[in-house]
Amino acid sequence: MKFVDEFRDAAVIGKAVEEIRRLADPARHYRFMEVCGGHTHAIYRFGLKDLLPANIELVHGPGCPVCVLPMGRIDDGLAMATQEDVVFAAFGDMMRVPGTHGSPLEHKARGADVRIVYSPADALRLAENNPGRHVMFFAIGFETTAPSTALTLIRAKAKGIRNFSVFCNHVTIIPGIRAILDSPDMRIDAFLGPGHVSTVIGCRPYEWIARTERKPIVVSGFEPLDMLQSVLMLLRQLRNGEAKVENQYKRVVPWEGNRAALKAIAEVFELRNYFEWRGMGFISQSALRVRDSYAEWDAERRFSVPGIRVTDPKAAQCGEVLKGVLKPVQCKLFGNECTPERPVGALMVSSEGSCAAYYNYEHRKTLTNIAAPA
Amino acid sequence: MCLAIPAKVVELLPDRAVVDVVGVRRSIETGLLLDDPPRVGDWVLVHVGFAMSKISEAEALDQIRILTLLGEGDSARVEAEGYGAIPEVESP
Repeated sequence: MKFVDEFRDAAVIGKAVEEIRRLADPARHYRFMEVCGGHTHAIYRFGLKDLLPANIELVHGPGCPVCVLPMGRIDDGLAMATQEDVVFAAFGDMMRVPGTHGSPLEHKARGADVRIVYSPADALRLAENNPGRHVMFFAIGFETTAPSTALTLIRAKAKGIRNFSVFCNHVTIIPGIRAILDSPDMRIDAFLGPGHVSTVIGCRPYEWIARTERKPIVVSGFEPLDMLQSVLMLLRQLRNGEAKVENQYKRVVPWEGNRAALKAIAEVFELRNYFEWRGMGFISQSALRVRDSYAEWDAERRFSVPGIRVTDPKAAQCGEVLKGVLKPVQCKLFGNECTPERPVGALMVSSEGSCAAYYNYEHRKTLTNIAAPA
Repeated sequence: MCLAIPAKVVELLPDRAVVDVVGVRRSIETGLLLDDPPRVGDWVLVHVGFAMSKISEAEALDQIRILTLLGEGDSARVEAEGYGAIPEVESP
């Protein structure tokens, strides 16, 4: 059963699908990249691939912050966590992500003080309530979460809370897209733009994709109908020979973004010269670091950070999958050496990673069909 | 972390608001909505304990439905219940 069957707007969805079939040129193969991991998850969950004509391929992009975090950064964070009096605070998503010597959860089992928080503001309150300890918040995420970390640091400074720091691993979405477009084996025709990142950055930062790269991009919502409408908008642009930024998700995403959130980011963070993305290598100006004016709250300055570099396993082909050159199942390790239970590569780590999503919905479905033919 | 959870504002506090979020009352940060502060009765989208944008009631109800359909309803509840829950720290 397709999950789409559960939808009250099945008739509207049917219409959108019909229109997509009408607009798609049968002589052409389309490759659309959805940048955001939330979209990847929704595409598999709702079985959208089964609704689209076979010549429209959805390629899964780099927009899963847990997936693109290199293992060395996890090792660095955990190295700080083992220092005396340090409390390692992170979102629940981080807890099972493997470092070289185990995940944060495994470090907790070995005695490190590892805590789940659901908000950076709660990590700060943890510090406030425990003046004898140092709380280090492992910050991760794209522009959706960076403003919350920034505002938390602004509050820490205003209140003079000095037993708190942030290990900043925030990345920015635009350089990730640029790296994909710059890659010589890139074969993407158009983009589905991220929904929630765009509530912060707005739609303007995508304009170069349309203007310079001549690729259409549509910022999209997460409902099946949203994504189908976005695919339709991309097809219309391609048919008309256009390349522009469109906003399908107007009901949530303002064209100009969230100014207060951007201001908080600019107050606290500046661009790093370069940062490593797992599976993609070093990308220039693709991540944030804490500004000098907040140095006291920067874990990388307060602690001696080992600066561990762990090379991605050679056999894993995460980079090719990220760029859309390979499908998850075409990677040599997929499903045997690399599974959601024992991830080797980045994209198997989080449920929003394309390999994990593919494995959980497509691969398991196939296995079930083999086990019990209908 | 990547969830966007709709919440209804029930009380305004300095820099914060008490919201009704998937059936629980929690206090969240409103400092990122300085340009367009929410009022009691407004709906907001919440990320990691911070209100990120104001949305209509219809959109909020749609978002709640989509979370359920995505199989994220339980994660959203766990996350919402976690806001403001400061984990206990044992003395070293």
